[in-house]
Amino acid sequence: MRLSEVAEALEAEVLLGDDLLETEVGAAGAADMVSDVLFFGRPGMLLLTGLTKASVVRAAQVADLSAIVFVRGKRPDEEAVELARDLGLPVMLTSHSLYDSCGRLYARGLPGVIPARQRQSPGIQ
Amino acid sequence: MEPTSTDRFADRYPILGGGFFLAGRASGEVKRRLSELSLPRELVRRVVIGTYEAEMNVVIHAVSGEVSVSVEGDEVRVVAQDRGPGIADVEEALKPGFSTASEKAQSLGFGAGMGLTNMQRCADEFRIASELGRGTCVHMTFRPRPVDSKEEQQDDGD
Repeated sequence: MRLSEVAEALEAEVLLGDDLLETEVGAAGAADMVSDVLFFGRPGMLLLTGLTKASVVRAAQVADLSAIVFVRGKRPDEEAVELARDLGLPVMLTSHSLYDSCGRLYARGLPGVIPARQRQSPGIQ
Repeated sequence: MEPTSTDRFADRYPILGGGFFLAGRASGEVKRRLSELSLPRELVRRVVIGTYEAEMNVVIHAVSGEVSVSVEGDEVRVVAQDRGPGIADVEEALKPGFSTASEKAQSLGFGAGMGLTNMQRCADEFRIASELGRGTCVHMTFRPRPVDSKEEQQDDGD
């Protein structure tokens, strides 16, 4: 699914990355904890989150994610926006809840990432 | 093992305990530097995830610390050392979900208790040593993984 289709499905405002809306995302994930993003995030994943701090933008950079959607009308703080701008990371804002946003994307065919336990992950539980 | 690359690189990054404003900057810089070398992307990604978790542990728990990164061929070593309270029970701290993160750290999305777990998962060798009242030291070694292990290689369309 292209980012432009994500924006449409979520009736989202594109805050950053207007020029990157043709980017294809293969999967999405949702989390409000940084380490969870790092644990299950996959390269190119779209992240939906309610965490509005720069730490989530940094996590997206670290985990090679493709874009972030901030849900439920939340706006990322200034530091987060500045970092995303520096990194060239697309950012969208939607008024839909996390649950509804995920549902809208899933219903349009965007799958979740493969659960960590189904991947090879030696040493974990 | 014959290195597949002749890259060499070593650098150190100071980290300030409680320095939430600058948090993640060292890891961002490590990513930038490593991306300039001819290392596999999946390897760089694992290194940077491990480094970010280690950096955040210093920011959240310690007084001060340092992350050093060195590359020799296609092997990357990361050492995170801090001056701080240390870990009372390392075995307990290694359990997924265990966290003593402050409210401030939690407000930034930390404290899932997955930091050390993520470091262990990303690194090919992981060692941790801690002394109460002195500090903690984490050693991580990363090597390229076979593509068919699919741990981080991904159909990300690029």
